[in-house]
Amino acid sequence: MIEFHLDDRTGLSPYLQLVRQVRQALRVGLLREGDQLPTVKEVVSSLAINPNTVLKAYRELEHEGLVAARPGVGTFVTATLADTSLAAHEPLRQELRRWLARARRAGVDDESIEALFMTTFRSATDGEVGIA
Amino acid sequence: MSAVLRAQELGKSYGRVRALSDCTLDVPAGRVVGLVGPNGAGKTTLLNLAVGLLTPTSGTIEVLGERPAAGPEQLAKVGFVAQGAPTYANLSVEDHLRLGARLNPGWDDAVARDRIGRLGLDLSQRAGKLSGGQRAQLALTLGVAKRPELLILDEPVASLDPLARREFLQDLMEAVAEHGLSVVLSSHLVSDLERVCDYLIVLVASQVQLAGDIETLMATHHRLSGPRRDPARLPDDQRVISASHTDRQSTFLVRTDAPILDPSWTVGQVGLEDLVLAYMGHTTNPPPDRPTERPKLEVQR
Amino acid sequence: MIWLTWRQLRTGTVIVGAAVAALAALLALTGPGVAHDYAAAIAACAEPAGACSAVGRFFDRNQMAWLAVTAIVLVVPPLIGAFWGAPLVSRELEAGTHRLAWTQSVTRTRWLAVKLGLTGLTAVAVAGLCSLAVTWWAGPLDHSGDMARIEPLEFASRGVVPVAYAAFALALGATAGLLIRRPLPAMAVTLALFVTAQIAMPILVRPHLLSPTRSTVAMTEASVDTFAFGPDHALRVSASAAPRGAWVLSSHAVDPSGKRVSPITISAASGPCARPGSPGGPADSPPGVTGPDGDPLVTGCLAELQRLGYRIESTYHRASRFWPFQWYEAGIYTLAALGLAGICFWRIRRVPA
Repeated sequence: MIEFHLDDRTGLSPYLQLVRQVRQALRVGLLREGDQLPTVKEVVSSLAINPNTVLKAYRELEHEGLVAARPGVGTFVTATLADTSLAAHEPLRQELRRWLARARRAGVDDESIEALFMTTFRSATDGEVGIA
Repeated sequence: MSAVLRAQELGKSYGRVRALSDCTLDVPAGRVVGLVGPNGAGKTTLLNLAVGLLTPTSGTIEVLGERPAAGPEQLAKVGFVAQGAPTYANLSVEDHLRLGARLNPGWDDAVARDRIGRLGLDLSQRAGKLSGGQRAQLALTLGVAKRPELLILDEPVASLDPLARREFLQDLMEAVAEHGLSVVLSSHLVSDLERVCDYLIVLVASQVQLAGDIETLMATHHRLSGPRRDPARLPDDQRVISASHTDRQSTFLVRTDAPILDPSWTVGQVGLEDLVLAYMGHTTNPPPDRPTERPKLEVQR
Repeated sequence: MIWLTWRQLRTGTVIVGAAVAALAALLALTGPGVAHDYAAAIAACAEPAGACSAVGRFFDRNQMAWLAVTAIVLVVPPLIGAFWGAPLVSRELEAGTHRLAWTQSVTRTRWLAVKLGLTGLTAVAVAGLCSLAVTWWAGPLDHSGDMARIEPLEFASRGVVPVAYAAFALALGATAGLLIRRPLPAMAVTLALFVTAQIAMPILVRPHLLSPTRSTVAMTEASVDTFAFGPDHALRVSASAAPRGAWVLSSHAVDPSGKRVSPITISAASGPCARPGSPGGPADSPPGVTGPDGDPLVTGCLAELQRLGYRIESTYHRASRFWPFQWYEAGIYTLAALGLAGICFWRIRRVPA
């Protein structure tokens, strides 16, 4: 069962945070097809947020075709986002570890590493149209 | 959905002191309404008017379609926890539950006992010996177990420590999820309300400055920053809520339904707390627009 | 609502109930003994060679107990007013619990009606029981004592009026509490107003509820209480034309034309009222029941006053008026209680939060 958390500082509205957390869980295989999402009552009672927020998030996920609500029973996962790319995760993770080690050996501090990654990631995403 | 609270130019004065003036509201059902404003702004007065503890000196107020405290049926539909969560100090928790059962035809004893059990309150303990948080929870139980359509809470978490505060709100939201209540809760701290409310009323200096669905408010308020400009030169469909200037830069908080088309602005979202603070800076009604002096912005193709 | 009112009253009622029960038991146990003693003393006096001293001493022997029970009945109504009436509404207003009570599913009016009604019934029961027990127990003592039942002090502590006083005090306390909104000042105001009413009633109102009897009688040794020449050589006579057990409103000497005279101007230096051996001195031996050998000077002086036409005129209410007064006064206080309760019901709807 997935456990939600909210970060007041991200500037992202609560319901979008919930949606995102479900998608991420699906992606890494934490949530699989047929798993039940926590009930509105459970989420609300652990996070102290408005029930409508949870309902909205679940409706959004349903709209995206990821979950389906079964009245009287609960909300269940119907699709998965974990695709074939999951297989590629492990070698990529190893490469990333090696890159991080190199950056540290070169004396780059953590903040600079993060900034370096983010700016490269953003510019690569923006210019993605040109990449095959 | 019908309105859960409707006020028309509602006012309450004590002699020459105006506690509330010219208050017009139309709050839809099914919301968790946050009533926010500085101390002395009139929040308690408004809530007391809503439950019939006070009568208006001008204007009208209707709760669930009827005059507040019009009769036993209307009283049964509204639950109330007053500021400070008053309880009978000499009566035990068990006595309070019996009080609720005897005084409320709609009382759900199973809900009440279940809540008390989960909260871990000792039934035989006198209410005077409970902590502030426990008293607030007891009062909330009394309010919820009578199965109202609307629950009104006056600063329910004001005197609670952060843990008790979080537990209270968790409990409240669970009750909302389970029973489908509408809730109106007041606070002078916006952070309490952000996660929990989906409708906001800002009360400053005994007048309503802002009222609406939080989602709509978030979508229609924007922070504009850019080169220094006179607010009178902004388009008239953008209402300036607050403005601040340095010698080179201006930042405005505006309210508008239309999109921001002027490319010289950097447009950003406004957080709920900043929004409320901006409105709390108004000591009187929001300054009136001066439509004749401001240009209409047109898109030139 | 009945449950809640009972629960709030519970401790007080239990304590008071126990006290009243104890009192009633005590009186029930000792009452027959008192009555028996009195009957024996009367019987002893009625015999031809009877010793009537026992009758005279009877009241004195039981005086402390008599004072105690009279005091209890007098004090019950104001205590009810102060401790049950004044906090009835004001304690809730002060503690803010009215914000809890008035937002359940009962209206303010019903809340007040049950609280006032239930407390009122309890007050009436307590006062009634006390008065009943004491009136019964003190019967023989009231008969043998100097004070008449119809006189103010005894009147207020016997019969039905204590019940009406209790209802009035309760309503007075509740109204004061509602208007003042704090228990302690309300208690003080209730006590002050109640005491004022209790003092004013026998002085200003009760004497006029029925028209009193006015009668005159000759000055004899039997009717005259005190008889003295003052320093100004004027004669002051204190006497009563009223029968035993009456409530005397006023009593004074009148001259032949019916005009009130006090003091009587008659020469103390010469004539029948002068004392031999001290020219102009006072003849101030008070007459009383001194037996067949009265002071011949006093007898002579009185005879002279009679010859001159001086009489005693008294205004009084006969002892038989006791019960009519009781019912009238109970009615007045009950109406006052209902009026105050009406004020409470009217004002409760306008109490600010």
